[in-house]
Amino acid sequence: MTVLIYLIGISLALGAGGLALFLWSLRSGQYDDLDGAANRILFDD
Amino acid sequence: MNATSLTGISLDAARGVPAKASSSAPGGAVCAHCGEPLASAADADLATAQGRRFCCPGCAAAYATIQSLGLGRYYTQRVLDATRRPLRPEPTERFDLARYIRPGANGVQTLELAVDGLQCGACVWLIESVLAREPELVSGRVNMTTRRLRLVWRGEAETAERLVGRIEHLGYRLVPFNQACLAAASENASRTLLRALAVAGFAAGNVMLLAFGVWVGFAQHMGPATRVLMDWLSALIALPAVAYAGMPFFRSAASALRAGRTNMDVPISLGVLVVVGQSFVETLHGGAHTYFESAVMLLFFLLLGRVLDQRVRQEARATAEHLLALRTSEVTLLQPDGTMRRVPQESLPPGSLIFVAPGERIGADGVVEQGASSVDASLVTGEALPQSVGVGSNVFAGTVNLEAPLRVRVKAAGSSTLLAECVRLIEAAENARGRFVILADRVARHYAPAVHGLALITLGVWWLGLQAPFGQSLLIAASVLIITCPCALALAVPAVQVIATGRLFRQGILLKSPTALERLAEVDTVVFDKTGTLTEPNFMLASVPDPEAFRLACSLAGISRHPLARALLAASGPVPPALGAIEHPGSGIAWAGPEGEVRLGSRSFCGLTGSDLVGGEESSDTPELWLCCPNHKPVRFAFVEQLRPEAAETVHNLAAKGLAVELASGDRAESVRAVAAALGIGSAHAGITPVEKIALVKTLQQAGHRVLMVGDGLNDGPSLAAADISASPASATEIAQNVADLVFQGRSLRPIAEVVDLARRARAVMRQNLGIALFYNAAMVPLAMAGYVTPWLAAAAMSASSLAVMLNSLRLQRGIGR
Repeated sequence: MTVLIYLIGISLALGAGGLALFLWSLRSGQYDDLDGAANRILFDD
Repeated sequence: MNATSLTGISLDAARGVPAKASSSAPGGAVCAHCGEPLASAADADLATAQGRRFCCPGCAAAYATIQSLGLGRYYTQRVLDATRRPLRPEPTERFDLARYIRPGANGVQTLELAVDGLQCGACVWLIESVLAREPELVSGRVNMTTRRLRLVWRGEAETAERLVGRIEHLGYRLVPFNQACLAAASENASRTLLRALAVAGFAAGNVMLLAFGVWVGFAQHMGPATRVLMDWLSALIALPAVAYAGMPFFRSAASALRAGRTNMDVPISLGVLVVVGQSFVETLHGGAHTYFESAVMLLFFLLLGRVLDQRVRQEARATAEHLLALRTSEVTLLQPDGTMRRVPQESLPPGSLIFVAPGERIGADGVVEQGASSVDASLVTGEALPQSVGVGSNVFAGTVNLEAPLRVRVKAAGSSTLLAECVRLIEAAENARGRFVILADRVARHYAPAVHGLALITLGVWWLGLQAPFGQSLLIAASVLIITCPCALALAVPAVQVIATGRLFRQGILLKSPTALERLAEVDTVVFDKTGTLTEPNFMLASVPDPEAFRLACSLAGISRHPLARALLAASGPVPPALGAIEHPGSGIAWAGPEGEVRLGSRSFCGLTGSDLVGGEESSDTPELWLCCPNHKPVRFAFVEQLRPEAAETVHNLAAKGLAVELASGDRAESVRAVAAALGIGSAHAGITPVEKIALVKTLQQAGHRVLMVGDGLNDGPSLAAADISASPASATEIAQNVADLVFQGRSLRPIAEVVDLARRARAVMRQNLGIALFYNAAMVPLAMAGYVTPWLAAAAMSASSLAVMLNSLRLQRGIGR
């Protein structure tokens, strides 16, 4: 059952990575203008 | 004629007017740039370029610029929004941009501007593409949610003028604002909530994973060592996560307790803390009763609700802030040496002399020293027709100078103006309303003591009554607290609010207060303002007496900004204005025509006496214009207020729901009576002041009624705030919109009836939810008190009750009103 230790460790690391990415995107203002972002992808230059 | 002006208030008269080009022109030609309807092809005056037709040279120039930059794709990709300001370049007032520029490091300058006229995503692309061609620009980004443009460039502060000029040339209006003044705080609040949500989500996911392992392990005889490891891992994740993500609730609960009150956050905080604390103690002992997953899942769901709620309200606030930013805050000061300078309204000393250009909003209270004009005082008095002012007349801040330049000696500025006084009245009335206790808090008030009492009784009975060991008694008492953890109870009301608010938002109704729905559901009386609320903000021509005269009148009216002149133009579409016509402020327009002088204006301006009037046209109650040509009979143009679409239907609908409808207006008795009769409103109050409006609302409230006030003017502001709940149309003054609990878009009044309907259904669902939550608790508490609660049972009961509450709330999504 020692494999459990590794699996839990991996799942926690993945989760923490996702959390860190989300917090980074939040900090860099990617949630400030959701309407604009939705429209911007239609204009690609 | 007479009959028309009386019944002209009904909608049928509105349809009777030919060529009402301003609202829509199905199949008619539109300007290639701004998309506004064009007049008939016979008008040679209109600008033409590149085979396209434009309404004005400004639009033609903007079109040429966009094509020459290779951005013509804009026209095929945009979606014009009729409710927004049309994209027509107009001369605008100049702002002293330098005051708003924030210099940064390395010679970088930043300027924030509110953008008026933003129609859709294509506008964002156009503005950013045009700016991208400026070499000095570091970044120019439009935030579509808040409709703001942030300019960052390298170099001189003067570059700003050129950058702003480029965008204004396209037809947008840019107004600088001081970012510090507008709530940056709300942005922080929503980021804090999102961060808390992310942390709670991370913790919930991982702890749930471990918890599933433990649950399955129970069935498969997991060894105690593995279970303890799982519990310790859960504790390591859950403890910091709860400490961080629970903060919004803990803070709110602590401030409520400090004030000697209790709100829904108190049982939530207590529940979460007790669950986590007890689980941690169990973990230390290596016991099996840990519920970390319940605590973090509860936090996650609650935060989800808060984030959605916050987002909807932020959207509403952004709209209000946008309007606030667009309001002129600068006035032209005439200095003793005769030069003019733009200064902020607040810094104007009393006794100074200001210059007010035609079309400009007067920035201070004062007395006219020079000039004669008329002012639109609808914002302050609610009177729709402009008032004439001359030397010695009093004018007030917030009114608009319509016709000719004025010099005004300032009596009061900034916070001492009538406008500011009205705002203060509103604030006082709003404070008085803050006493409303929401349903959830009313329940919490009884629920929390009851639960804590039950837990205490359980402890006493087991320990003292049944002589059980203290540790075991405490555990059973804790399980009572856990099983009654107000998970479903805490979701019962917010879940409904989020769903109802979101649905209203999609229908163009902004709910600005979280308690608005509950207050709305209790309303039994609706008080409407008349001008601008039941009626449309603009006047409408009742009928066209003579096409020849109509055309002539319109060309004269073309040079004026007077509301009646604009109403004439609205009925005809653009016409070439009469060159050389002269406007006499407050009386009319004169034009030297080929056959002699032509006059368009008031009865006295046209020199009409009783004997000139043809029988049947004596009624001067309705606004009118006269056209006098040499050798012709004078022609009368009568104007009526046009009712909003579906006004009668809405009033009828509200009455059918058992609500009493009243009308309160500052307007004259005749026109108020006519509107009341047309709509079937029994109780109408005419000629009342803002203070009397508050008194009316208060009298109704003292008689035990719950009042919904619908109004749009500044003069409605205090009564909007005094009412139990208030609504205003999106065409209302900024102040009315700021005060109102809900703002509805569009011209129709139907949203009022719909929102009352939805609020009542929402209240019913909230009560069902509370019933479901309390039922689960009532069923589980005896088991817990008897000591029969296992982790399986607790988890199942908690999830099932939360799920039932969520599913019940979702029913609100279905079925659109009718």
